[in-house]
Amino acid sequence: MKRIYAREEVCIACHLCEVHCQLAHSPVSDPVKAFNKNIPPLPRLRIEERRPITFSLQCRHCEEPACVESCLAGAIQKDPETGIVTVNEEKCIGCWTCVLACPWGAIRQDNARGHIVKCDLCPGRDTPACVANCPNGALVYVEGGD
Amino acid sequence: MTKTIQVKYLIIGNSAGGINTTEAIRKIDSDGSITILSDEPYPAYSRPLISKYLSEKRPLEKMLYRQPDFYERNNIEVILGKKAQKLNIAEHEVELADGTKISWEKLLLATGGLAIIPRMEGTEREGVFTFITLDDAKAIDRYLSQLPGGTVRAVVIGGGLIGVSVTEALVKRHVQVTIVEMRDWILNTMLDRDSADVVAETLRGAGVNIITGRSVTSITGNQTGAVGGVILDNGEPLSAEIVIVAVGVRPRVELAVNTAIKVNRGIVVDRSMETSVPGIYACGDAAEAYDFIYDQNRVTPIWPNACIGGRVAGQNMAGVPSECSKCMGMNSLDYFGLSVVSAGMVIPPEDGYEVLAARSNHDIRRIVLKDGRVVGMVFIGNVERSGIIRNLMKAQVDVSHFKKELLAENLNLAVLPREIWEPHFAAPKTGDREGERVTIGK
Ligand SMILES: Cc1cc2nc3c(=O)[nH]c(=O)nc-3n(C[C@H](O)[C@H](O)[C@H](O)COP(=O)(O)OP(=O)(O)OC[C@H]3O[C@@H](n4cnc5c(N)ncnc54)[C@H](O)[C@@H]3O)c2cc1C
Repeated sequence: MKRIYAREEVCIACHLCEVHCQLAHSPVSDPVKAFNKNIPPLPRLRIEERRPITFSLQCRHCEEPACVESCLAGAIQKDPETGIVTVNEEKCIGCWTCVLACPWGAIRQDNARGHIVKCDLCPGRDTPACVANCPNGALVYVEGGD
Repeated sequence: MTKTIQVKYLIIGNSAGGINTTEAIRKIDSDGSITILSDEPYPAYSRPLISKYLSEKRPLEKMLYRQPDFYERNNIEVILGKKAQKLNIAEHEVELADGTKISWEKLLLATGGLAIIPRMEGTEREGVFTFITLDDAKAIDRYLSQLPGGTVRAVVIGGGLIGVSVTEALVKRHVQVTIVEMRDWILNTMLDRDSADVVAETLRGAGVNIITGRSVTSITGNQTGAVGGVILDNGEPLSAEIVIVAVGVRPRVELAVNTAIKVNRGIVVDRSMETSVPGIYACGDAAEAYDFIYDQNRVTPIWPNACIGGRVAGQNMAGVPSECSKCMGMNSLDYFGLSVVSAGMVIPPEDGYEVLAARSNHDIRRIVLKDGRVVGMVFIGNVERSGIIRNLMKAQVDVSHFKKELLAENLNLAVLPREIWEPHFAAPKTGDREGERVTIGK
């Protein structure tokens, strides 16, 4: 399946990928409104950083996802067709077992809403928002293993 | 004549282990007949969520582990509310309480655990409960609802995962709870003392009374004979309207005892989750399976291991060899807003281990090393990157030359050696793979 990979050598940790991720997952498309809301959505990615290394990290959508097998509520599923691992946020109870299970620390705890959030590869878009909006081309969306 | 139903795959137990087994079977064998049998009357629900039933009356629809049409969609026959009574291994047959017989080609025992009830006076009194099933939670709820007004006091015997879960739910119901834990600290199978103290402090902050190093010797009655309180081993009485016995679960092995299936504490399985009898598998709380951190078979009654063991069992049952080689104990708790995770061996059993520890405000990190490899971990507070350490543990990476980094406040992949993350995250170099469509940002 297509996954997001980083070109760490050209990432400058500008955090725009975070902003565009938040915007893409915000109920409103207007950036001012999206960020003026009381609690803007949490970015579903993280910036890994230890200078000079920086890169943007997203869920690997693993072949045998540890998060899916650890979920107490049955809220995380891997789509058998697309391979995309998604969480049903209404079903998630915020036990954070998947957070411990994920080998990369790619799952985020939305403490304010009591559930996890994770990368869903931006359904409905050809290219995920973080990739499409990286000013340095530091993210690519290509076929590859997990 | 009693009828005999013939199925290819018979699954006893309709929970984490059983469901994951059938899902793995269906990925390989789309039409072999599957029957799931359970003595509980409900479609598979998330057992840990019974505390949500008790605290907020969460309806069954919101506790279901899979979509309501799961059985139908996967062409699975499910028999609910019926108990398997007896296995006849030579005939490949199980007998139900009503006399029905089901014969199998492959059998899975995912029968879970039973609450341990310590032998003492008063356990049969009205107002004494266990907390394992949805029906337990319903019974507690009904009992609380019919008690006269005024403050209700509960004694929870046992400060393990289940004891603390029921405590949180009871506190949310405005019940005044006292936990009585026999050992020196609560949650002692998953936390070291210092870490457990932080959880205890949070529980106390929520109004919970915790007594450690004491056990309950009897449950006393009130005028009507229902629960009136308990007596501790130092003779001290505690008054209570309700008592929850939560001293632990033991594998439910009744079907396997006195058969050719090897039973130790649990049903003994090899790494393919097969029992000592070929064609019969077991997983989950009922099983005693390989734990790679301890390098021996252990009973590890946790949800993720029931799921992983179930997947491996299902693959093997359907004829695709597979092994469960990286299973370990792991727990994540969130009580009263405090996040706590632990995995592996958190308390070194002997000399020769190294413990890395860091503490700042409410954040605790504890990492146990043996020969340069992580074998145990606890994170409290900020747990979001804890999976990175568990992965190092699973992969048995030698961390000796960067162990300080594991305690770094900004723990992230970039602080670890490149070979750990680069193969998974770095973009394939152009020209590496032919015919690849590369979409680069604008
Ligand atoms: C309150 C509570 C909180 C928990 N919290 C956590 C947590 O936070 N994290 C975690 O990892 N784990 C937690 N657990 C443990 C977790 O629920 C178990 O590890 C998990 O349910 C094991 O799944 P299983 O499929 O092995 O067995 P079970 O879920 O026990 O299911 C076994 C089923 O088999 C049925 N059965 C048994 N024998 C027969 C028979 N002879 N005939 C017919 N049916 C039979 C039983 O009735 C039961 O329905 C918690 C458990 C409880 C009770």
